[in-house]
Amino acid sequence: MKNKILFSLAVLFFVFCFVVLLKGLKNSNIYIPNALSKKTLASFKSEDLYSGITILSDKIFVGSEYYVLNIWASWCLPCRDEHSILMKLKNNLSIKLIGLNYKDDPNNAKKFIDKFGNPYSMIITDKNGTIAIELGAYGVPETFVLNKNKKILKKFIGPLNQKSLKEIKLILK
Amino acid sequence: MKLLKTFLLFFIILNFSQISLAENNIELKNKISKNIRCLICQGQSVYDSQSDFAISMKLVIEQKLNEGLNENEIYEFLKNQYGQWITYDPEFNKKTFILWVLPILLFFIGGAIILRKLIVQKL
Repeated sequence: MKNKILFSLAVLFFVFCFVVLLKGLKNSNIYIPNALSKKTLASFKSEDLYSGITILSDKIFVGSEYYVLNIWASWCLPCRDEHSILMKLKNNLSIKLIGLNYKDDPNNAKKFIDKFGNPYSMIITDKNGTIAIELGAYGVPETFVLNKNKKILKKFIGPLNQKSLKEIKLILK
Repeated sequence: MKLLKTFLLFFIILNFSQISLAENNIELKNKISKNIRCLICQGQSVYDSQSDFAISMKLVIEQKLNEGLNENEIYEFLKNQYGQWITYDPEFNKKTFILWVLPILLFFIGGAIILRKLIVQKL
């Protein structure tokens, strides 16, 4: 009797482990940092893409109700896909769209903008990728929606699409 | 002449201390980057990885060390930005307690079973 109970318990334990591991197999094994982190954007110093003048982030994020910070690069293919979405966002008057050009050649970045249009109010550069790390980003493209207090309302990892455009518009409402 | 010697000695000592400080920082930078997970090449540490993310991360670690932050402060900063998962050393909290408690629990259960068998054999 005792052996039977022990045997059943062992079987139950193994079934439990099997189910847990099987469920775990279906989970994505790619870790994505906490996308919705209600943090305030860290201050940083950067250079303007066109003028080359060094600017403090506190002077960039002023005078608007909402800010959209988009990390992009001319060498990044998904950035081309999301560019049309950014062009649509440009027309929204309640936001200031800021582009952070990530590890890019300035000439290539300018060519990219000339070819696809400029949706940004300002383009700043991150030549060695350290600003992106300070912001908690991990690659391109990545987009942050911030309020006037520079609090991160939403973070989109990967290219923006129609669904994310709707989400941004919902936040702005 | 004496003044020149004193000045030279002072200069050499100052240089040596700067070199050893720089070496310490490089060692610490390597140690920290070995304990940080690369989020692009997951499964590799920042130290091993050559991805853009890892290269930038190494630069940030170097900057933070130059700013005077210590090892723990750098880990805290990165955990704050990227979450607990970025470090290889998991903290003890409600999400990880099974990870920490289970081996100890299994060790005691195993020990108890072995002890019981030994006592039974002696009897």
